[in-house]
Amino acid sequence: MKRKATIDLLHQQYLQKLTKEKRWIRFWQFFIFISFFILWEIASRQTWIDQLIFSSPTKIFDLFVEKLLDGSLLSNLFITVFETVLGFILGTMLGTMLAALLWWSPKLSNILDPYLVILNAMPKVALGPIFIVVLGPGLTSIIAMGTIISVIITTIVVYTSFKEVDQNYLKVLQTFGATKKQMFMEAILPSSFPTIISTLKVNVGLSWVGVIVGEFLVSAKGLGYLIIYGFQVFNFNLVLLSLAIIAVFATIMYQIVELIEKKLIKNQ
Amino acid sequence: MPFFIIDHVSHTYFTKDSTTTAVEDIHLEMEEGEFISFLGPSGCGKTTLLSIMAGLIEPTEGKIILNGKQIKGATPAVGYMLQQDYLFPWKTIEENILIGLKLLNQLGEEQKKRTIQLLHDMGLKHVEKLYPNQLSGGMRQRAALVRTLSTNPKMLLLDEPFSALDFQTKLKLEDLVFSKIKEYQKTACLVTHDIGEAIAMSDRIVLLSRRPGKITKIFSVPEELRSLTPFKTRQHPKFHSLFELIWKELEQHETKSNH
Repeated sequence: MKRKATIDLLHQQYLQKLTKEKRWIRFWQFFIFISFFILWEIASRQTWIDQLIFSSPTKIFDLFVEKLLDGSLLSNLFITVFETVLGFILGTMLGTMLAALLWWSPKLSNILDPYLVILNAMPKVALGPIFIVVLGPGLTSIIAMGTIISVIITTIVVYTSFKEVDQNYLKVLQTFGATKKQMFMEAILPSSFPTIISTLKVNVGLSWVGVIVGEFLVSAKGLGYLIIYGFQVFNFNLVLLSLAIIAVFATIMYQIVELIEKKLIKNQ
Repeated sequence: MPFFIIDHVSHTYFTKDSTTTAVEDIHLEMEEGEFISFLGPSGCGKTTLLSIMAGLIEPTEGKIILNGKQIKGATPAVGYMLQQDYLFPWKTIEENILIGLKLLNQLGEEQKKRTIQLLHDMGLKHVEKLYPNQLSGGMRQRAALVRTLSTNPKMLLLDEPFSALDFQTKLKLEDLVFSKIKEYQKTACLVTHDIGEAIAMSDRIVLLSRRPGKITKIFSVPEELRSLTPFKTRQHPKFHSLFELIWKELEQHETKSNH
């Protein structure tokens, strides 16, 4: 009895220690966050840094409120988020489909191998001008940029994962006379789900790059457009505001994908 | 005519810089309901042989005949159980054991009920909705056996199904599998490197040599051992004399192939 009481006590102490440590970490994270903005504000007011270029948190916040009220911020934000979400979903889906095609036909995969290497090595954003000419300077081109940037790497990663599926799982299905399609649906695809989801996480980041660069080039709407516009009229309040919003929403999207990942692959 | 014939089967694998003969001129005839064990060291081509018997690999020479018909390609008449359970981790036990029927498009209510009943017969109750990683090794292997039996094969191929289990579980499972195979009147073929297991389970024991796999000798297990369960067989005096006989035979080949 006495022994149990001591163990309980020790466990309590251990838990307390854990909470305390966690609190310290949270404190420091918060502290860095706040002091960064305070320092920035002070540095700007005391003109230690150039106000024109580095702006200040209060000025950016004022602009944020102003743009929020006149509605222009939300519409631009909505467009960029829409393009990005579509871009990374399309990129992941097309990449997975291409990978399936390569898995289906080893011959095709052997033939296409060098082309995949070239396409993967090439900086996809350099294709931007071509997209704009072919697809027109609008939403379609930007979504295409957000897609193309992730599709090849997704193909390569997912195809590798398809090939690494334990052959014995396929053997089990073969003994029941499974067709190639059945093997794909029952073993190959589900066992590669974790890989596909994790490419989704990478693709969120990539699609932001594609979409922002696309908006730079098309220069009509979206957060990328706000950045390039702010740069051209030398309004760095606008540039920094757009950057801050991109940071927030890219993080949110990443977290959402991570949540989906946890839900989907509970049992593996 | 015998029920199952391995008719002078040889198989050679080709790679860019070599050819490897895995099995050479294997000829064996099995009666219906018979239990045969292939006993051999690693590298005796046992997995190749089973894959050929299951119709998954076409042998370079020879053929497999089941019930008078040549086997070409995988057939539900032959059930193949692998060394590990290979239950799909993302499927529940129920989905796992029904996969064969689903693939063969035979998943009717009656078939489903029969397979679930089979699961209960194996002593697995209330596990249908669980995932494989929630089960112990022995339970998983039993579920894998149910999956193999679900399509009602006439011939069972067992590729070291007990080798990944701890000794106690292995002995218990041997008894269970032995009695179920007799109960359902299956013809079975077990591959193992455990002499005791081969004697305990089978009617005949086929010794294979290493690379290429060839039949070196066939032992008949005495009548009085055949009807006993594996656990009881292991305690029978005749078990030990047969064990020694096979041991010596294996030793002889070992030394022969090393010189």
